[in-house]
Amino acid sequence: MSPRWAPSRRVSGGGRLLARHPLARFLLRRTAVAVLLAFGVTLVTFVLTNVVPGDPAAANLGQRAIGDPAVVDQFRKQHGLDQPLPAQYVTYLGHLFQGDLGESQQTHQPVLTDLATAVPATLELAGAAIAVSLVIGVALGVVAALRRDRLTDQLLRVVSLLGVSVPTFWLALLAFYVFFYQLGVAPGSGRLAPGMAPPPYVTGLHTIDAALAGQWPVFWSAAGHLVLPALVLTAYTVGLLTRFTRSAVLDVLGQDYVRAARAKGLPGRTVLLQYVLRAALVPVVTIAGLAFGALLSGTVLVESIFAWPGLGAYAYRSATTLDLPAVMGVGLVVGIVYLTVNLAVDVLYGVIDPRVRVQ
Amino acid sequence: MTTTETTATGKAVEVLRIDGLTLDLPAEHGAHRILHGIDLALRPGRIHGLAGESGSGKTMTGLAVLGLLPDGARTGGRIRLDGTDLLTLPPRQLGALRGRAVSMVFQDPSTSLHPMLSIGHQLTDHLRHHRKLDRKAARARAVELLGQVRIPNPAAALRSYPHQFSGGMRQRIAIAIALACDPQVLIADEPTTALDVTVQAGVLRLLRRLCDELGLAVLLITHDLGVMSALADSVSVMRRGRVVETGPRGQVLTAPRHEYTRTLLDALPGRNTP
Ligand SMILES: Nc1ncnc2c1ncn2[C@@H]1O[C@H](COP(=O)(O)OP(=O)(O)OP(=O)(O)O)[C@@H](O)[C@H]1O
Ligand SMILES: [Mg+2]
Repeated sequence: MSPRWAPSRRVSGGGRLLARHPLARFLLRRTAVAVLLAFGVTLVTFVLTNVVPGDPAAANLGQRAIGDPAVVDQFRKQHGLDQPLPAQYVTYLGHLFQGDLGESQQTHQPVLTDLATAVPATLELAGAAIAVSLVIGVALGVVAALRRDRLTDQLLRVVSLLGVSVPTFWLALLAFYVFFYQLGVAPGSGRLAPGMAPPPYVTGLHTIDAALAGQWPVFWSAAGHLVLPALVLTAYTVGLLTRFTRSAVLDVLGQDYVRAARAKGLPGRTVLLQYVLRAALVPVVTIAGLAFGALLSGTVLVESIFAWPGLGAYAYRSATTLDLPAVMGVGLVVGIVYLTVNLAVDVLYGVIDPRVRVQ
Repeated sequence: MTTTETTATGKAVEVLRIDGLTLDLPAEHGAHRILHGIDLALRPGRIHGLAGESGSGKTMTGLAVLGLLPDGARTGGRIRLDGTDLLTLPPRQLGALRGRAVSMVFQDPSTSLHPMLSIGHQLTDHLRHHRKLDRKAARARAVELLGQVRIPNPAAALRSYPHQFSGGMRQRIAIAIALACDPQVLIADEPTTALDVTVQAGVLRLLRRLCDELGLAVLLITHDLGVMSALADSVSVMRRGRVVETGPRGQVLTAPRHEYTRTLLDALPGRNTP
């Protein structure tokens, strides 16, 4: 028997906002889950880094020092390697919260400093590639669907098949050879012309920072250097997105609500942009998330061929030298990037499809 | 010639008249004839029922009026709306009539409404296109329409999405969308087949009321002769792409001339062969 006069649960201002906006509630819930998962990422990187065979002391001390047990002990103590694993993890987390990812044994710089230039370099490359892929891939997919089984569709099918099957490293080498050595239209490797000073650091993306600072020669140099490696990376994702968009659009074109929209006398353009594309984007967003993952792993090869000072190159160097703090930093960043992409995909679902917001 | 006949018999003026409609759809080898010369007439304020077994061509007849036949369809005959032949009308002009002079309500409102667009969006986009109404005027009209089809709290409904309504409510919304631009002709293709039995009667009563109040000419496609006898003023029975019998409801349903109609009637539950 509950008393009738029991105070009803009061809804605070923020609570009321959330209750009234399913989208806001949905976003909050998804973000909370992502933060929880980020903790999981720290644990996984930590554990993985500690189970790999190989002695970081051996890898980071010279031949002579290895022979001296006192030096080895000193190294282990200095890096906390003599502590039990859980204690090492707690120390690691504590440092992490202060933005301390340790010091790279290769560059002798804080890992955070290294990442602050490597991560934006890769994000600039991958971001440009995914943005271009989305625009081109979705457009080609829509055209292929509308021209189903005609010549255009057949041609696009061949193009997208080529895109997904050509190995990225081969394409990167070929592009570099043709456009740089043979034709001389592409600028050389790296992010900027030799000797050019990077723009003042705001985002770390050279194109955006240069534009913000109004340094247009730097902007054009950065953009020019971006074109070839980004285009190489788009080949696979454009192929993938074209194929998936085509089938998604064809699927939606057969739906009753598209016929109903035509029966309303709406112009074809309106039906396509508002009724067809909206629904077709749901599967495309999923694929775009996966494509971005594929694209990130593609950067490892592309960065090494174009001497792009990004995360891929940094990861490769630290892994081969067993530079543990650096490897852990890279693992953390990659984990967080994947989480963010997943979160973005989830959020886009919620924005596109109201049915997803309720749960 | 046909027009003079109708005026001579003193019936209400026909808004839509289908004469000798033939339809060929592409098949594996050449074309396949789906409709073999359909004749139908619709009058304002009257519900004309179109019955017949599955695959007899009822839906194709309805789609032909809207010019929404499958790709590669070839048609013959005439479909005249106020004297204009819809079959030979250029696509742009046909588009301007679609949803404005002739509208359609589909069988299943859970698939014929876009799941990701709000009711308000779907109820006003064609209004704004055809009538060139601004956002505010279109909204006011939408609220009025939802009231007409008895949706409670129309203002809130405009902000909602189809999945937030029951099947019966969704079909009422689909009817409101079809009626938004004050069409002369409404084609309702099995509008209650996908609905719960308990809400079917309500939707049918609504159709009848709207037909009477707005002077709509309704083509009610159904294979349910029970629905037909409750609602239609006149009836046509189709079989294999042909109209085998046409006439006032009383005549066709109580004293059918064609044996096929008789077999259909005998198949109705609760009815025994006399
Ligand atoms: N897209 C299409 N291409 C080729 N033939 C089709 C197509 N759609 C329907 N048909 C054929 O056209 C004929 C008439 O179909 P229609 O849908 O008009 O029948 P119906 O009377 O509405 O039947 P139901 O009661 O099942 O809805 C059928 O034989 C069907 O197989
Ligand atoms: Mg049908």
